[in-house]
Amino acid sequence: MDTAALLIIEVLNGISSLALTCAGLAIIFGMMRVINFAHGEFMMLGGYTTVVATNAGVNIWVSMLILSPLVVGIIGILSERLLIRFFYGRLVDTLIATWGLSLLLIGIVTSIFGNYITGVSAPMGNFSLGQYQLSVYRLVLIGLTVILFVGIYLAFTRTKLGLIARGTMQNPEQASALGISPPKVYMVTFGIGAALTGLAGGLLAPISQIIPTVGFTYVAQAFITVITAGTGAITGTIVASGVFGTVRQLVTYETTPIIGGVSLLIVAVLLLRILPQGITGKIFRRSL
Amino acid sequence: MLKMIDLHSWNTRGLIFTGAIMLALLFLGPTIFDLFTLLKVILFIAMAMLALSLAFIWGFGGILCFGQSAFFGLGGYVYAIAVINMGESTVPILLAIFIPAAFAMLLGYFMFYGRLNDVYLAVVTLAVTLILYAFIRSTSGEEWVIGKARLMGFNGISSIPDPNWPGFPDSLLWPDDKFYVAMALLILVYFGLRFLLRTHFGRVIVAIKENETRAELLGYDVRFYKMITFTIGGGIAGLAGFLLVTFNNFVNPDKFALALAAQIIMWVLIGGVGTLIGPMLGSLALLILYNWLGTQNFAGWLNTYLVFGGIILLFVLAVPQGLQPTAQMLALRYLPWTRAPDADGGSAKIGARERVSSD
Repeated sequence: MDTAALLIIEVLNGISSLALTCAGLAIIFGMMRVINFAHGEFMMLGGYTTVVATNAGVNIWVSMLILSPLVVGIIGILSERLLIRFFYGRLVDTLIATWGLSLLLIGIVTSIFGNYITGVSAPMGNFSLGQYQLSVYRLVLIGLTVILFVGIYLAFTRTKLGLIARGTMQNPEQASALGISPPKVYMVTFGIGAALTGLAGGLLAPISQIIPTVGFTYVAQAFITVITAGTGAITGTIVASGVFGTVRQLVTYETTPIIGGVSLLIVAVLLLRILPQGITGKIFRRSL
Repeated sequence: MLKMIDLHSWNTRGLIFTGAIMLALLFLGPTIFDLFTLLKVILFIAMAMLALSLAFIWGFGGILCFGQSAFFGLGGYVYAIAVINMGESTVPILLAIFIPAAFAMLLGYFMFYGRLNDVYLAVVTLAVTLILYAFIRSTSGEEWVIGKARLMGFNGISSIPDPNWPGFPDSLLWPDDKFYVAMALLILVYFGLRFLLRTHFGRVIVAIKENETRAELLGYDVRFYKMITFTIGGGIAGLAGFLLVTFNNFVNPDKFALALAAQIIMWVLIGGVGTLIGPMLGSLALLILYNWLGTQNFAGWLNTYLVFGGIILLFVLAVPQGLQPTAQMLALRYLPWTRAPDADGGSAKIGARERVSSD
């Protein structure tokens, strides 16, 4: 019984951390179709912001929920203005440029903080479930992920800003004719995506080890999940995270984390062989 | 018609020139270089071969593979495991080509028959590399044994036997011989690829890269051609992996690492996507830079990530065509004697633009 409950919590944890990893990418890549290979490094920067701020005496919740998204959002907007906007519409060039950015960011962080593992301890302590000790923070993280995705969904479907953003992604000329400046919309949307990525990096910092190269572990899984999601980026990402998170966590439970990662990839490749348009290409077609 | 002849004569001159330099290097190599340098040159040749494999599938097949190092590492490991078990290197060398090629074909089947686009291709190949790397690093335990070969995890397999001449298990290759074999293989692969690009198959894959829909409407099975291109690239990378193992009789999981996968893309990017010589020279230039950086002490603030990230951004923003096409363009503009003999300046310039995509 305890083991079953533990397994369910583990699976929910796996889903929520995968979904968090993908949230910003679902907007930047899923909606804007901009390939940001520096996604993992944006998460890494969010993690470092939380670690540095918390160690400097800032309340951990403030650093995770406010400072990380703020810092990474600003870095995101700077990257968009100085680099990425020159490559809009050219997929492969964007891919290489952002990947150069990713290496550069790793280099800068390594120069400043050195190639060491850092981290912060999770707040809120543990609770016991039968014979197991579980961290309260992991449960809170599941709740925060749900709130975050509901928030993103509402922001893009129910607010005027969300409407403008979606309209501009679909038809920039038309939006421009209606007096909206597409470059400005792209900049803001990219910034929001980057900020969400930073938030995810901050929230995951207490349960992961932070090193300059930590982004590599996130980027492949995040892209696979968002690509599998298909055109309905937000809904698709939730569904895809659900499927992949469950598979990865169950396989990891039975074997090792490495084989868990392998299973995620195999399921993704097979799924895309069956549904080349992604999950929302076949089901949930009219969703966002 | 005139333009065709221009192009052809310039290309032929280029080929003869390249061939002459490579052959001169082949025969003079052991005389020019001392033993230490010669071994280093074998490493450079292995990496140049690896650069060729990506230059071919990316520059001519239009397939941007982020995990070319997967096939490279696989080739190295397959050779190591096979040669330790068989005690003879003829079959292991063939396996080092065919197993990575078969793996590329399987991966290619899923990717191209699933009609995955550029982005997914990049991500899947990247993920495969990361997973192979993680997997091979985790094999340090006693239970990871294939025949007589222990995989040894992140320590890598060392003391791999030297290759021998095909059919003569007792006559091993000396360092000089290793160099001859490596250089000869590089020449063979380079001219093999150049020849392949002139055949019907080569024309079709370039046509697919230029306009996939048009090639498809002309009746070519794009999926099949891409899969075969990818397979050839995998085989060449596997061969490069074998060459690397002959360099120091050692293979470790770093051959799969993302850092290497990243470097291969840089070589091609810097040399020029759509060229074959450029990426080889790009690999040479960056390896020398990399070695030099390793010997410098930058008070801790400069690291390879910083340098490589900076180089990529510089090239993608300022020299997106890469060095070889840029050099050709400049040469044609300022050095009259590089123009085709029967062309005036105007048509030579037109030729210059076409060569960028066809040479």
